[in-house]
Amino acid sequence: MLRQIEGSRAVAETVALCRPEVVCAYPISPQTHIIEAVGAMVKAGTLAPCEFINVESEFAAMSVSIGASAAGARAYTATASQGLLFMLEAVYNASGLGLPIVMTLANRAIGAPINIWNDHSDAMAARDTGWIQLFAETNQEAADLHVQAFRLAEELSVPVMVCMDGFILTHAVEGVDLMTQDEVDSFLPPYEPRQVLDPDDPVSIGAMVGPEAFEEVRYLAHLRQLDALALIPSIADSFAVLTGRDSGGLVHPYRTDDAEVIVVALGSVLGTIKDAVDARRAQGERLGVLGITTFRPFPRDAVRDALAGASRVVVVEKAFSLGGEGVVLTDVAMALAGRDVALHNVIAGLGGRPITQGAIDSMLGRASTGDLGRLTFLDLDESAVSRERSRIAAARRTGPSAENVLYDRATQGSRVAQEQS
Amino acid sequence: MFQVRIHGRGGQGVVTAAELLAVAAFEEGRPAQAFPSFGSERTGAPVVSFCRIDDHPIRTREPVMSPDAVLIQDVTLLHQIDVFAGLAPEGYALVNTSRSLEELGLAGLVTSLPAGHVATCPATDLALEHVGRPLPNAALLGGFAALTGVITLDALASAIGERFAGAVGERNVAAARAAFEFVHVEQERLTSAATD
Amino acid sequence: MTKRPVRFYQVGSFAVGNRLLADDQRTVQSDPNRTNSIDSGHRACQGCGEALGARYALDAAMRAAGGRVVTVNATGCLEVFSTPYPETSWRVPWLHSLFGNAPAVATGVAAALRVKGREDVRVVGQAGDGGTVDIGFGTLSGMFERNDDVLFICYDNEGYMNTGVQRSAATPPAARTATTDAVGPEPGNVFGQGKDLPRIAMAHDIAYVATATVADLHDLEQKVEHAMTLRGARYIHILVPCPLGWGSASSDTIRVARLAKESGLFPVFEAENGRVTSVSPIRRRARVEEYLRLQRRYAHLFGAHPRPDIVARLQDIADENIARYGLVNDETEDVPALEDVKEMVH
Ligand SMILES: Cc1ncc(C[n+]2csc(CCOP(=O)(O)OP(=O)(O)O)c2C)c(N)n1
Ligand code: SF4
Ligand SMILES: [Mg+2]
Repeated sequence: MLRQIEGSRAVAETVALCRPEVVCAYPISPQTHIIEAVGAMVKAGTLAPCEFINVESEFAAMSVSIGASAAGARAYTATASQGLLFMLEAVYNASGLGLPIVMTLANRAIGAPINIWNDHSDAMAARDTGWIQLFAETNQEAADLHVQAFRLAEELSVPVMVCMDGFILTHAVEGVDLMTQDEVDSFLPPYEPRQVLDPDDPVSIGAMVGPEAFEEVRYLAHLRQLDALALIPSIADSFAVLTGRDSGGLVHPYRTDDAEVIVVALGSVLGTIKDAVDARRAQGERLGVLGITTFRPFPRDAVRDALAGASRVVVVEKAFSLGGEGVVLTDVAMALAGRDVALHNVIAGLGGRPITQGAIDSMLGRASTGDLGRLTFLDLDESAVSRERSRIAAARRTGPSAENVLYDRATQGSRVAQEQS
Repeated sequence: MFQVRIHGRGGQGVVTAAELLAVAAFEEGRPAQAFPSFGSERTGAPVVSFCRIDDHPIRTREPVMSPDAVLIQDVTLLHQIDVFAGLAPEGYALVNTSRSLEELGLAGLVTSLPAGHVATCPATDLALEHVGRPLPNAALLGGFAALTGVITLDALASAIGERFAGAVGERNVAAARAAFEFVHVEQERLTSAATD
Repeated sequence: MTKRPVRFYQVGSFAVGNRLLADDQRTVQSDPNRTNSIDSGHRACQGCGEALGARYALDAAMRAAGGRVVTVNATGCLEVFSTPYPETSWRVPWLHSLFGNAPAVATGVAAALRVKGREDVRVVGQAGDGGTVDIGFGTLSGMFERNDDVLFICYDNEGYMNTGVQRSAATPPAARTATTDAVGPEPGNVFGQGKDLPRIAMAHDIAYVATATVADLHDLEQKVEHAMTLRGARYIHILVPCPLGWGSASSDTIRVARLAKESGLFPVFEAENGRVTSVSPIRRRARVEEYLRLQRRYAHLFGAHPRPDIVARLQDIADENIARYGLVNDETEDVPALEDVKEMVH
């Protein structure tokens, strides 16, 4: 049923339809509304049978999920940012053990400096954990991806992380067509574990593996990721048959067929980019967009195919590998290896800085005139940066840069405002 | 697309207001999107929320920078931030106050916007009268419906009823109706004065 | 001759006016030259007990240490409201690292000061109840066990307020939070076993453990100042009502804190090396109901479907504390009649 509903609420209700049996999470903005809503449904008895456990840290939240999943229960959790890092050892462990836990990641920046707003640093920090990572463009897709995630996780016995942009999606109220219990039941069979703690058939899970077999075990995990590359589109196809919606899958090309320039991005910023691209298309430019829905495993072939006709590719991303370049860019570059394509990297929206259509538009303008460099930080206040650089060069004890820049930006900002008024 | 920006303070229901607006538009079958300014503000801090209403699905996620309407829940903000920044030339402004626009120093705004596009509404007083708590949001939305006609009072009433169960909902609806009436009468008076 | 009690205090409060005291007995807060460790202009809610508690504690620590204090702060309301963009309210050196590691970070600061021969500079760690009893518990216990030279202060507002009022292990039974909804047969938080951090701290046999509330400024300051005379691991647990999370009036913060103590729900005591050395007796005994009724987080116990059974269980907890710590003595005024309780809160 189509409802006008908060993204977090849509996810919580959809997760409930997936009949999780153990939900264990630790509050952190911007994930809180999701777990509060699931918790309330358990307490009110509308989600049953289900245990909702309030724990003392994210490390415990993921650990409880591991125990529950190994004992045969469908387990769900959610976190963000600092919380993901706090549980990271257990995050690796869950995938190493092959436990099909589903986790929502309400994407948020990582500190220091502490920042509660959206970017993709958290997801990128967990890129190599062995979890499948799916990115939602809208709240509709966020809800739908959870249903697909449980099925995918359980078929492969691999954990799945559904990434949705913190605040931008989690706190946005918009139309979401929620599935019915029957629909979800018809799509998602009961969890049948591949391995389970059971006195009738005792197994040891998590034994030490030495040099004689570790490589094989790791390689098998890699193969399961590659299996996911085949399974994800087929799950999305059957989901489309059931709901008529084009949610999930590996990639979402938009007007790429005749495009000379294609913008690649993940998550909710795709909407703003599509508006910008449509506006420029109306002026006769041949632009397209490629949304990457499945980021791990990385769909290299699908990306290469979708970008086949482009002479210029702009990767817009909300994370950055300090001292390197954008994380998504590196993967896209590999997908394009051997092809003669101009590749640009635009880092945008770090720590929640709004990505406006205007900024995208002028960036695209520079791309079309060949004035866009290899690496651009969108909307960067260069003067604040150079002021801090000269402070650092001029004296030793200059104090924390974060505070200096904040102060600079605020006082410069108010000076500008004063001058205007 | 019609874009709304709501200014108020933490604890005044600023975010709820944008959500109610989006739900009201949805009731009328129009795609809508509401979202907050994403702060970690505490009670009393300036808060902004946004709402977009359109006849087509809404894709953009940028904050509303050029609003078609600005709602001010708390007049003390007028001198703190540029609440009317980016307001469209044909836009609307609605201020929660029992004082006059002139007293608030907003005479300039009145002349810069089309006649009848700026209004005041004593939403806090109406909320105190009908709801018993100084939460101006529902009432102000009633005023918004009267001022702009972008949503109907009925749609708003059902959005409020959906959000607040029972008597609380009814009282908020009553406040919204009273505010609608107030702004409506005020508009009539102004437009007739203008034609005189 | 009949005994007539002389009341030192103003009606409804036990505070002794500073002007009745000798200079050296006056509070740090009454001193115009106090540090103002947390300056005005921070962004806490009106009536925030945590802002008050932190200011009292730090100013007292600063006086005791002659202004030579470094402080470490876990993530939480105090951290967020004290460092609003682009300003800071701290007039003491202050480091915020993470939510779960403040005790260990404080250990690191103390080690650096020791190796640099700067042991005149004292280290104060600070966290909310979440940062102390939940996510920071492991590093806190480690800091206690090694007896590192840190005074750690927990500002207990009985929940994760910074993230929007979720349950912590310090949330009392039956209290409603965003993760313990007031629905079902046991509305609000569960009646668990509790996680009584002052007693757990005592079990480490550290030099000093104390509890306090923002309702008794003299007592709070005295405890901080005493703690600063000692070396090694020390712990002070301060009850700080949160108007937002507790649903109490912002003008009632002190009153609510006082009732927590006077009902026996929050025992106020001191312990050295694992033994209780003093308790603050209840002056005028209150029923827990008097305390609960001031807070919307307990509203579900009184509304259309009252739950006197749950209120009675909470009263049992208070009575148990009173027995355990001997909080009632000859001078304690009797518990008021229930009718009077209802009178008082309206
Ligand atoms: C690893 C990690 N998990 C979760 C959070 C989110 N978080 C920040 S503060 C906080 C709660 C703080 O509660 P408490 O320590 O009691 O302090 P209060 O805000 O109540 O004063 C939470 C859950 C975080 N910052 N880091
Ligand atoms: S939420 Fe509570 S603890 Fe946080 S600033 Fe407000 S009153 Fe203080
Ligand atoms: Mg707390």
